[in-house]
Amino acid sequence: MAEAAVQVQNVSKIYRRDTMQIPILQNFSLNVPEGEFMALMGPSGSGKTTLMNLIAGIDKPTSGNVIVSGTNISSLSESKLAEWRSNHIGFIFQFYNLLPVLTAFENVELPLLLTKLSKKERKEHVETALSVVGLADRMQHYPKQLSGGQEQRVAIARAIVTDPTVIIADEPTGDLDKKSADDILDLLVRLNSEFKKTIVMVTHDPHAAEHAHVTRHLDKGILQEQGS
Amino acid sequence: MKVLKLILRNIFRHKLRAMLTILGIAIAVMSFGLLRTIIDAWYAGSDHAAPDRLVSRHAISFIFSLPLADRDQIKRIPGVVDVTYESWFGGIYKDKNQFFARLACDANNIFDIYPEFQLSKDQRDAFITDRNSCVIGERLAKDYNLKIGDIMPIDGDIYPGKWQFVIRGIYKGKTPTTEETNMFFHWDYLNEQLEKTTPRRANKVGWYVIKIANPDDAARISEQVDALFKNSDNETKTETEKAFAAGFIAMSSAIITGLQVISYVIIGIIFLVLANTMLMAARERTREYAVLKTLGFTRKHLMMLIYGESISIALLGGLAGILLTYPVVQGFAVGMARFFPFVTIEPLTIILAAAFALLVGIVSGIFPAARSTRTTIVDGLRQIG
Repeated sequence: MAEAAVQVQNVSKIYRRDTMQIPILQNFSLNVPEGEFMALMGPSGSGKTTLMNLIAGIDKPTSGNVIVSGTNISSLSESKLAEWRSNHIGFIFQFYNLLPVLTAFENVELPLLLTKLSKKERKEHVETALSVVGLADRMQHYPKQLSGGQEQRVAIARAIVTDPTVIIADEPTGDLDKKSADDILDLLVRLNSEFKKTIVMVTHDPHAAEHAHVTRHLDKGILQEQGS
Repeated sequence: MKVLKLILRNIFRHKLRAMLTILGIAIAVMSFGLLRTIIDAWYAGSDHAAPDRLVSRHAISFIFSLPLADRDQIKRIPGVVDVTYESWFGGIYKDKNQFFARLACDANNIFDIYPEFQLSKDQRDAFITDRNSCVIGERLAKDYNLKIGDIMPIDGDIYPGKWQFVIRGIYKGKTPTTEETNMFFHWDYLNEQLEKTTPRRANKVGWYVIKIANPDDAARISEQVDALFKNSDNETKTETEKAFAAGFIAMSSAIITGLQVISYVIIGIIFLVLANTMLMAARERTREYAVLKTLGFTRKHLMMLIYGESISIALLGGLAGILLTYPVVQGFAVGMARFFPFVTIEPLTIILAAAFALLVGIVSGIFPAARSTRTTIVDGLRQIG
């Protein structure tokens, strides 16, 4: 059996709104094996986005541990966590979140600016990433000059350019038409099968979930019976 | 340097807003520079005063005159080279708006005491010889298209009556900053008329100008002059020409203070303009900042982005404002030459304008930087727009 790329151990997450405490996850545990493509489904408020944020290191658990590639990220300082994210996590957003003032090339280059790579090396990495997503001919286009599907592919190139351990995808097809959505899902499958990337994808769409190896359902912060 | 490209792109993301902000800052910096230059011009007269000249006036106020007889006593004080006198004549030339100094003086030595007013020997001799003549500055002659031989009619107010002076000389300033807007005429001519019309006002002068051999003796000689007339009806106050000029300026201190306050209010306006722009920009980009943080950018990077943008905008506006200041001050200097003969932009004004622009850039970045670094990634990603 493959080693766990992600281990969520007895994690609780409680949000505070004024004097109210809202528990989202309670003593939650989950393992994602290395090379897995997991879909997380569930109704709104079920805790799937919270779980995804905890795995990506953009939020911290109230208690418990989140271990990704052997690092307990729950105990990292904010600056260490930022550095860790840049090395280990590729994040794909529902609404792409490309910077409108930068070209496709420059958007993909952004995470590499935090590395010690030379300009030439960065260029090579960016060109490779954009070739993988099939946008080598659109490098100098600004986001507004691209379709939704193309923007999401640029976002995927940005997510993979640093060769991260885990790719987190938050409703990656939620804002796309069916054809573009299928293209993106095929690309994720390819990243998983060809490039051996561990992928955790949050989705409402059963059709999207079908592309994953395994689908886990969350409801009120509790993991439901495992499906496949 | 890695975020420099992003800073530059962000500045002109909303071109119209960026240009209006930069223009607003430029106009404010230009106004600051102009006001500072006007204030400097106000003080310029005292800055150009000669160190070897003292002015002795009535102790109560310079509007009270002094007896002509005091002159000889002052002249006997050791260290005094020469003494001349002047009286403020006032009057109206053409209309009330035509302001320039009209001074009754001792024609025999006024140009010895003031060597910076350069007059040819022929013109000087003609002036001394002709009792109802006058000498005017070159700028005044140019402004009113006057030449030697012309008659200047003046309606008296302090000294009522219709006065006429024949121009016998036009003096030039020794340096570009020498005042060339004065009109000098014979005190004797004025005194003759006063003896006929109002004898109680005759044989009195407005103030004495005392040329001394050594500027280091200014304090001693001033004390000795004042001691001469102590407990008389006409006690004097003697001081350096610079202090005397400063006393004139002090009468306008409320206006100068007002200008100084306005110049600093303008800095406040620049701050509000830029702070508003930066707050709007940061609010619009909350989600982008969250995305950058997700990618691994730190608070330090975000602060560089925000401060880089606000400082760049402030400095661009500041630079444009400083460049604008020169032609505007030039226009002001030409238009107001008779009121402000010494208008120059001091290096300190430029340094202050640039420093304030930089300061405004830094301060304007504080609130958006604090806000963006305080917002968590999760909250930032929830932001719509």
